[in-house]
Amino acid sequence: MFRFISLALALALAQLLTAPVGATAQSLQNILQTHQDEVLKPGRRTVSVVLDDLVASGLPQALPFLEAWRDREIVQRTSDGLFFRATGEGASFILRDLDTDVALDGAEQLDMKEARPNGGVRRAIGDALVQFRLSDPDIAKRQSAVEAIARSMEASQLALLVGSIETEADPAMKKVKIRLAGMLGALFADTIAARITAIEGLTGDLSVDVRGALNTVLTSTPQVSMALPEDANIAAVLAIGEDISAVEAYDRLVSADLAPTLILNNDIHTALVANIQGDAVGGVPVAALDTDAARQVAYDTLAADGIVLARVTPDAQAQAVAAHIFYLQYSETNPAITDVARKVLTAIETKVAVNQSIDLGLDALSLASIYFLAAIGLAITFGVMGVINMAHGEFIMMGAYTGFVVQQFVVDYTLSILIALPLAFAITFGAGVAMERLVIRHLYHRPLETLLATFGISIALQQLAKNIFGTQARPLTSPDWLDGALVFNDVVAISYIRIVIFVLALIFLFLILYVLKRTRLGLEVRAVTQNPGMAASMGINPDRINMLTFGLGSGIAGTAGVAIGLYAKVTSEMGADYIVQSFMTVVVGGVGNVWGTLAGASLIGFLQKGIEWLNPSNTLAAQTYMILFIILFIQFRPKGIVALKGRMAAD
Amino acid sequence: MHRSFFAQNPSVLWVIATLAVFTVAVTLLSEVTGVDVISTSFVKTLGKTLCLCLIAIAMDVVWGYCGILSLGHFAFFGIGGYAIGMWLMYARTEVIVIESLAKQPIPATPSEISDAIGNQIFGVVGSSNFPWIWAFADSLILQLLMVILVPSLLALVFGWLAFRSRVTGVYLSILTQAMTLALALYLFQNDSGLRGNNGLSGLQNVPGYGNVSQATISILFFVASAIALGAGYLLFAWIVSGKMGSVVKGIRDNEARVRFLGYHVESYKLFIFTVTAIVAGIAGALYYPQAGIINPGEVAPIASIYLAVWVAIGGRGRLYGAVIGAAFVSLLSSWFTGGGAPNINLGFYVIQWTDWWLVLLGLSFVAITLFFPKGIGGLFDLLVRKQS
Amino acid sequence: MNFKTSAFALTALLGTTAIAAAECADPIKVGVLHSLSGSMAISETTLKDAMELLIENQNAAGGLLGCEIEAVVVDPASDWPLFAEKARELLTVSEVDVIFGSWTSVSRKSALPVLEELNGLMFYPVQYEGEESSRNVFYTGAAPNQQAIPATDFFLEELGVEKFALLGTDYVYPRTTNNILESYLLANGIAAEDIFVNYTPFGQSDWATIVADVVALGADGKQVGVISTINGDANIGFYKELAAAGISADDIPVIAFSVGEEELSGLDTSELVGHLAAWNYFQSAETEANDAWVAEWKAKMGEERVTNDPMEAHYIGFNMWVNAVTEVGTTDVDAVREAMYGQEFPNLTRGTAVMLPNHHLTKPVLIGEITADGQFDIISQTTEVPGDAWTDFLPESAVLISDWKTLGCGMYNTETETCVQLTSNY
Repeated sequence: MFRFISLALALALAQLLTAPVGATAQSLQNILQTHQDEVLKPGRRTVSVVLDDLVASGLPQALPFLEAWRDREIVQRTSDGLFFRATGEGASFILRDLDTDVALDGAEQLDMKEARPNGGVRRAIGDALVQFRLSDPDIAKRQSAVEAIARSMEASQLALLVGSIETEADPAMKKVKIRLAGMLGALFADTIAARITAIEGLTGDLSVDVRGALNTVLTSTPQVSMALPEDANIAAVLAIGEDISAVEAYDRLVSADLAPTLILNNDIHTALVANIQGDAVGGVPVAALDTDAARQVAYDTLAADGIVLARVTPDAQAQAVAAHIFYLQYSETNPAITDVARKVLTAIETKVAVNQSIDLGLDALSLASIYFLAAIGLAITFGVMGVINMAHGEFIMMGAYTGFVVQQFVVDYTLSILIALPLAFAITFGAGVAMERLVIRHLYHRPLETLLATFGISIALQQLAKNIFGTQARPLTSPDWLDGALVFNDVVAISYIRIVIFVLALIFLFLILYVLKRTRLGLEVRAVTQNPGMAASMGINPDRINMLTFGLGSGIAGTAGVAIGLYAKVTSEMGADYIVQSFMTVVVGGVGNVWGTLAGASLIGFLQKGIEWLNPSNTLAAQTYMILFIILFIQFRPKGIVALKGRMAAD
Repeated sequence: MHRSFFAQNPSVLWVIATLAVFTVAVTLLSEVTGVDVISTSFVKTLGKTLCLCLIAIAMDVVWGYCGILSLGHFAFFGIGGYAIGMWLMYARTEVIVIESLAKQPIPATPSEISDAIGNQIFGVVGSSNFPWIWAFADSLILQLLMVILVPSLLALVFGWLAFRSRVTGVYLSILTQAMTLALALYLFQNDSGLRGNNGLSGLQNVPGYGNVSQATISILFFVASAIALGAGYLLFAWIVSGKMGSVVKGIRDNEARVRFLGYHVESYKLFIFTVTAIVAGIAGALYYPQAGIINPGEVAPIASIYLAVWVAIGGRGRLYGAVIGAAFVSLLSSWFTGGGAPNINLGFYVIQWTDWWLVLLGLSFVAITLFFPKGIGGLFDLLVRKQS
Repeated sequence: MNFKTSAFALTALLGTTAIAAAECADPIKVGVLHSLSGSMAISETTLKDAMELLIENQNAAGGLLGCEIEAVVVDPASDWPLFAEKARELLTVSEVDVIFGSWTSVSRKSALPVLEELNGLMFYPVQYEGEESSRNVFYTGAAPNQQAIPATDFFLEELGVEKFALLGTDYVYPRTTNNILESYLLANGIAAEDIFVNYTPFGQSDWATIVADVVALGADGKQVGVISTINGDANIGFYKELAAAGISADDIPVIAFSVGEEELSGLDTSELVGHLAAWNYFQSAETEANDAWVAEWKAKMGEERVTNDPMEAHYIGFNMWVNAVTEVGTTDVDAVREAMYGQEFPNLTRGTAVMLPNHHLTKPVLIGEITADGQFDIISQTTEVPGDAWTDFLPESAVLISDWKTLGCGMYNTETETCVQLTSNY
């Protein structure tokens, strides 16, 4: 309603602006002075007062004022209440007179109040500006005009938009305008044929606003009557018990005044209390009213005496519901239009459903790669070496904090990430080697104690990080080129940062496979893990190999930490978030095999997304069920998905 | 029979006697007798510590004697707490609701009472219907039964599945940890019917004893905890000292050999796992009325790891070690984090123990694992050896 | 700083006569029950510092009843049962006269039974879900009608939002708030299918699917808005994912109830610009009292530190308590409680806070847009709204009121005209 008015105002404004100026001697400042409060603190519903007077004035400077207002450049001088346009910051701060556009001296910038239009007002101003900006030479302004239309479609915009298409020079913008005109046509075109053509033109468009336009065409309201009306455009007849429950149906009858109101337990309670006479109500002693049955008897007696309304029996309810027909009626009266719209929308929705599953698949893939990245270091230390490292999560955390610290010194985000990745590897490699030398080396034959010792290291490292960096989450900012998402269509999209994580996971996977299978180090690692004594007698130094392997696993965890910090947050507890999941990833996948870790991560990632999809309002439940599934899975396949066979399989 | 048992285990008598003296001393020095040297809040702390000692000896039996490093025993502890908490909360609210509804002009119907109780308990989490798990909450007897039944059932099913599949060693540890995590996540959900993150609170008020002071209630729970610890100690000492104990220790040292000797290893493990789970549940049921509140955070995996830490510090494979470890570390922990420990000024930096205690604990834990695998209890061995 | 306090003490000593010193046989102790370690330390440590600053200032101004105020600081370590234990210690061992403390609802619920048993007095400074009014607690933070409801009105009125996504972390505050908002929205003609509710665990980081779900809500052509009760760290991932999906505040505005200056500090806010938050206080409020408070705070804590809403709550609560104690000349809990009703103190954001008989304050509601420097641009400020302990938008609590002054009851059923209970729901 309001939008329509503001648009009408804008049209009138346009006419006035094109007419010769000077009809009034009023200045813009004078108009604004009469509406000081509305200019300074406008509301979506009250801003029209200001626009009204701006129209009446017909001043050409009103247009730049509106833009400046929307962009929060209007300030008021406290001393005399005059409004100015302010641009720039600090030294380049300039105040301009609104009528003459002349810059004021810098001394006058003291004590200013900023006008702060909220989002709703900014949208209203944007709507009003649409008309002038659709053909503006500045493409950015055309862009914002088109966006304004897309946010709030109005019948009156159709002609304006269509008019501007022909002169549109930019091909991309032209396409956007045509698409938008199609949506507007579907909603507001003059003839039925034109609307049908427009609707058919939308076939196959997956975007949210097209679906929005079609759904607006197909808006329907629930109705109830004794028989279906002849002339109405019926969307669907509702079956009792399937589309609508009997209780709900009866409620609708009540709200349509077609049936008497139900008497609920609460109403009975109130009525009984109001009608206590002596120590009895309706012949039943008050003390006996402690069951619903007794209360109903008392109430019925009251009803029989005509004191209260009679209860509606279940039979009467059922009869009333059966006697009526419940249906949905389209607001659009022409069935031809709704039929076409229905058909087009159904086709779109099928396509959307397919794309949504693809999108969910991508999300699952991304989650799997995050789990894989978090677990891949463990695939080496736990999977290959068999060392339980509860401080693995803290290596991830150390990597992430390395990224944070590097960003404190290197301002360029791209460069800082490039430095952070190898640096995180180096630092956590060193930490891993130190830990192996100092602690784990002594505990190779006591795996349960490794678990506890590394847990001690884990809580010490976590607290140390808290003492150094504080409990507050620290930012790890990704470079600009990683902002945004790779958009396949309006439904399927994935953020670049997740793609990077996916690629990184792949690189690590192949790197580790290469190291283990194709290098001398890998050969020695496999030899030492299978039989350290035999390996030693072949001239391999098991101490050195263990040290290097553990360092490698830790280093990879640190590098992964940088990536994980980029995508989420850097806190001292981030490692703890991933540790249980990581262990389960390795165990589910099958110990001793990097491919197994990949399989485990995929299983967990896809499973979690699948469960989330079944119950989208509760992420926590999805995680619970996933863990339960994993517990059961391990019970029935203790060696994991990719189980080793033969001698390697022995504990 | 009994004589030989005590003769075999002289430490049992020592522990029971110490416990008895300690209990009597604390009671005499508490607010109840008017001496008031030990404040009510410290009596509660001591009572809670006794419960932690109880679960610690359970942990010692399952880990130190049977070799199963369970990272899930705090789950059973929590379940025990929840089971008793449900009754405490329900019964307390019922008293209030009935009192308030009695002021109405007409008597309340059973459904009105139950709705009002539901609204009082679950209003805070935005619901007013009783979830099915509260079906027995109105009966103390049944909820007490739950304290034993639910942990034992969970332990039986989980243990049966795991031991049957020969899941052992670190795999089993990770699996028990996953079980704890699943339980914690489940309890965190509001839909679980146990008030989500808020948990059950106001548990220190025993329904029907509204007029009894907390000083008295705290002493009652303290004594009950001491008795439970004594009984638990006897039970476990008996279990690990007989023939059964030998088999169990055999399983710890070499499972395959025991199996080849013809013992049904899985049954022994399942028995130990379940019995310790039940004791953990009982410890929890005594602990949380003293703490006053239970919520899912209590069941988080980290709690169970700390349990293992206590036992390791105290010394595995000796029951008194577990008692010492649990009491020592948990009291020390609350002393350090409670600001009781003086800060150390290094001139350029002030060490505040609230910040550095965890670092110290973590590192000392590494040191104990590496250099004193027998823990504090190991010191007693040295003493005994010197004497002989 | 130590030098400063002792200097103040010295002047106080010199300025008072021997009689005044004799009067102060019983020093005045203020308990501070805020977590200094654990997960809540990040938020609560600030409040402990704020309390220390307030007490310092009061002592500099001559103390209270001729005595120095002594702060007794304890650390419940974000461990909920410890709140009960420490509250008992404060009241029975340290024998404090009043406690300022707690942040999360569960920690308050943990301390409540102890406070009621020992007739203590606590000031609770954080916005919360309501549905409670204890005789022994003064709630200086916002009740839902002082934050959530006005914010929703702003969405409905000013931004024309027709479809709501209520996203929250899975715990009691978001649950109850969203319940209240759901019935409020239904009462305001928003259809049930136009309200999408989702709960995520603490520290949630995987937001892609949920953001996609929110975007998909726009498929029926209605303006979508997000009301966020997401807590703490999880916000970072959420806003990052929104930005990655190319959604600006103009497309889908987000209004948050748990994101303030403290949460934004140390975060890159360029992606968040234009999104909203609703509080009763922003550091950017332009009043002399606020300028002075911010300056004092920065002087004590460092230039980069910010002030926030719960700090203002303590500021008002502490000053009101001081005035009430001065009025009755004693720190006796019952006397002070009576004197608290009707206490007035100027807000830092203009207007006056008044303590109501239901133990809540009157407060203005502010809505701010996040700016690039981590502060808020205040775009809307209401007049003072009286806090409502029992919301009018849930059928069970609509009939309840709290009035400790005349009715002497925190949970009074107006339909049956009876007091449901004198203690609280824990």
